[in-house]
Amino acid sequence: MATEYEAVIGLEVHTELKTKSKIFCSCPTTFGGESNTHVCPVCLGLPGVLPVLNRNVVACAIKAGLALNCDIAEFSKFDRKNYYYPDLPKNFQITQYDLPICYGGYLEIRVKGEKKRIGITRIHMEEDAGKLVHQGETISRSEHTSVDYNRTGVPLLEIVSAPDLRTSEEARLYLEKLKAILEYLDISDFKMEEGSLRCDANISIRPKGSIELGTRTEIKNMNSFRALQRALEYEIQRHIKTLADGKKIIQETRTWDEGKGVTLSLRSKEEAHDYRYFPEPDLPPLVIDRAWVAELRQQQPELPDARQARFIRDYGIPDYDAQILTNSRALADYYEAVCQLYPNPKIISNWVMGELLRCLNAEGLEIIEAKVSPQHLADMLKLMDQGTISGKIAKTVFEEMFRTGQDPARIVKEKNLVQITDEAAIAEIVNQVIQTNPKVVEDYKNGTEKAFGFLVGQVMKQTRGKASPALVNRLLKERIESMA
Amino acid sequence: MANLNQLTVHALQDLLRSGQVSPGEILTDCLSRIEQVENKVKAFITLTPELAKLQAEQAQAFLAAPSAGPQSPLAGIPMALKDNMCTKGVLTSCASKILHNFIPPYDGTMAEKLQQNHAIMVGKLNMDEFAMGSSTENSGFYPTANPWDLNRVPGGSSGGSAAAVAAEEVIFALGSDTGGSIRLPAAFCGVVGLKPTYGRVSRYGLVSYASSLDQIGPLTRDVTDCALVLNAIAGHDPRDATSAPVAVPDYTTFLKPDLKGMKVGIPREYLGAGLDPAVATVIQKAFRQLEELGAICEETSLPHTEYALPAYYLIATAEASSNLARYDGVRYGHRSDTADDIITMFNQTRAEGFGQEVKRRIMLGTYALSSGYYDAYYLKALKVRTLIKQDFDRAFEQYDLLVSPTAPNVAFKFGEKEDPLAMYLTDVCTIPVNLAGLPGISIPCGFAQGMPVGLQMIGRPFAEGTLLQAAYAYEQSTDWHRQKPELGVR
Ligand SMILES: [Zn+2]
Repeated sequence: MATEYEAVIGLEVHTELKTKSKIFCSCPTTFGGESNTHVCPVCLGLPGVLPVLNRNVVACAIKAGLALNCDIAEFSKFDRKNYYYPDLPKNFQITQYDLPICYGGYLEIRVKGEKKRIGITRIHMEEDAGKLVHQGETISRSEHTSVDYNRTGVPLLEIVSAPDLRTSEEARLYLEKLKAILEYLDISDFKMEEGSLRCDANISIRPKGSIELGTRTEIKNMNSFRALQRALEYEIQRHIKTLADGKKIIQETRTWDEGKGVTLSLRSKEEAHDYRYFPEPDLPPLVIDRAWVAELRQQQPELPDARQARFIRDYGIPDYDAQILTNSRALADYYEAVCQLYPNPKIISNWVMGELLRCLNAEGLEIIEAKVSPQHLADMLKLMDQGTISGKIAKTVFEEMFRTGQDPARIVKEKNLVQITDEAAIAEIVNQVIQTNPKVVEDYKNGTEKAFGFLVGQVMKQTRGKASPALVNRLLKERIESMA
Repeated sequence: MANLNQLTVHALQDLLRSGQVSPGEILTDCLSRIEQVENKVKAFITLTPELAKLQAEQAQAFLAAPSAGPQSPLAGIPMALKDNMCTKGVLTSCASKILHNFIPPYDGTMAEKLQQNHAIMVGKLNMDEFAMGSSTENSGFYPTANPWDLNRVPGGSSGGSAAAVAAEEVIFALGSDTGGSIRLPAAFCGVVGLKPTYGRVSRYGLVSYASSLDQIGPLTRDVTDCALVLNAIAGHDPRDATSAPVAVPDYTTFLKPDLKGMKVGIPREYLGAGLDPAVATVIQKAFRQLEELGAICEETSLPHTEYALPAYYLIATAEASSNLARYDGVRYGHRSDTADDIITMFNQTRAEGFGQEVKRRIMLGTYALSSGYYDAYYLKALKVRTLIKQDFDRAFEQYDLLVSPTAPNVAFKFGEKEDPLAMYLTDVCTIPVNLAGLPGISIPCGFAQGMPVGLQMIGRPFAEGTLLQAAYAYEQSTDWHRQKPELGVR
């Protein structure tokens, strides 16, 4: 019988912080702008300049640490990581090596309904590098390469998990939870696809039940949640197959090739850089004031788990709904805004999780980009309650609101979507449908329930969906019965 | 009357205040002196006479303005900066071929402060390349000569700064001191040189050699000038996180010719083997002079002194190997035109741009930080550094001041110390002071073989005032600082 394996996965996540200025100078961190315009002598690493730490970066790191249940170091420091690359103006990166600002935390994910705690080994601060723009594919195969230092010195947090993840799905859930927490803290946008988030994974496998660790590989270049899951799945299978073939896993760094759907060897352990870390002499050690930490703890906003529990308690919605709605702070805010305006939380949840998310996903939009406001959604739900529109028409109205941002009453009026509640008008159409479909009417009379649905459909079709469904049902039944 | 270029800051200040001379006249005397002697001394890398004339006019206007408020004693005084301090629009080469064309787009804090004080910059001064050396022979361009004997070195690395002041080309200069680079050339050239406490003066704009040791300070004709310049340059700078938020006193208030009751320690390790007997004689006389002024001198010990030199050459070179990594030809400075790819460009640029001593120290530092060697070298050096600090802490529990020769010998001849280790030993008395971050001053205290000898005084952190007091009292009781070099050959 083949050995059953389990994977041991740890993730290293780098995420850009949303501070106004860079970590060691006062240049703006805003995206865009002409190349090399958000730069100054300090972030360009000109001779003679010195870094000065942005206090807000430290505050962000502490907030993240507190939210991830970490200890906040009383004494921390910065170090230099030395390597040569033209996107690095000083040819060293200021980072934190052996005394990170936060350590020893965890976050909880829900795997198949069960809570699972994933350890956070450490969180540290560092500076981002610039961006190379090659004329060809790579720096060695390009006629020339340009470099843009606008991103140089943008603050990053590196969050390192313990090797507690066992499947690619757990890895994705971990990353989603991390994203939600950082978003709630309002310290990072965590946009993986835009490169404001980078994720590397350490992975090994071992026979299920074993406590020894197998040889690990490091995977880089996973640029989306989907890529993360695919790459890990591929790598787990590659490890299993390698062992099954009687070969050995080689400790190395590999890169995920999204197009080919494979991981490829980047460099072996022997080729690994010696970064010659040493304490950054231009920055004094960080002594973190306990009162400041207490103050930041006090200011901590409600986090996803707490909000989920509150949604279940206060709005009486199911676990599942509460989890989806609180996954993103913006979505949860949206939901609560509608709840202020409309009294039935479950109906709101159905619409937000249903139509709204479907439309957003289809367009690839974020909730904050949605044109349909909480007020409009609430108004639309009220129009349904008042019988002005049917549930079916409401979907049309919603799509129109989503597309144009107009208020529902106006859409209903302009598009002439008001529900027909005039009994005489509907009765006429009902009579007509009965007359033109005698065979179906007969089937219904003989007990074929499906036939009734067809007749309802015909009436709705003729009224372009505007007939009150309740009225149509009643009139159809009355007429057919009176025929007998 | 003497030529104006021969005077001190405080003498000129009196003349300027009373309207007897103008900044333009002082500048003219300095520029003609430079014209006359610079081809022998070679203290400068860059001269900025046009900029200086403009600044002299501005200083004139400033001094004449009735609303000028409290007047800076440096207003209208010609000076020069070591070429490792960034000056906007003026070449800042660190005496290195790799920065032969680097014109900073910004002013460092020193350039800024001196401008705010209306001092007049006449140029940028020669040095050992990236401040690595003790003789200025490591300049990537040419060596500077010692005004007391043109066949001898001025000391280093701030050799240009000391020589320019000694040769009366400028009234004062700024240098930087990582292991003795202000005090040693001050001693060799017979001028006053102060290395302030680490953090006393901003390093923003100072091209780093070894960040945790580098400190800027003045080189002047006498102790009073030293206090005046320190007043202008000291203080916390929000652009330098290692600069100390410690209030700056008026250092001239310490200038009292009195040492009564001051307790002075003489560390025996600084008088050990290698000390030139002629220098020893001069130094012993200086110690007796201090006693005559009322100081209580006692022999003491700094037991870890012998480990200071090796610790320094690990810590300084480790930091340098990283600080100098940015010179790769990508953004500024020299770029090799023989390379076809990025790695070759890095390698060729650095091979062509750096001199021998810089390469030696980069390699040494890279090695000290390498995985597998870090603990044995760099980490051990840090521990030694702590022990050396503790030696000083203990000594300062008993003494207000420690005194020693600044260097074990007088200025040597060009090419005399070809063995780098022999050269390194020149700094045995000054290096521990940088490792401990303490203030140290070198003042003229006599002559040996016709060359100046420097007396070093070391103080507690931020006790520059005590140093200046003792140095002033000694200076006022002697006339070594009034001796003038002949700019000849001995
Ligand atoms: Zn900047």
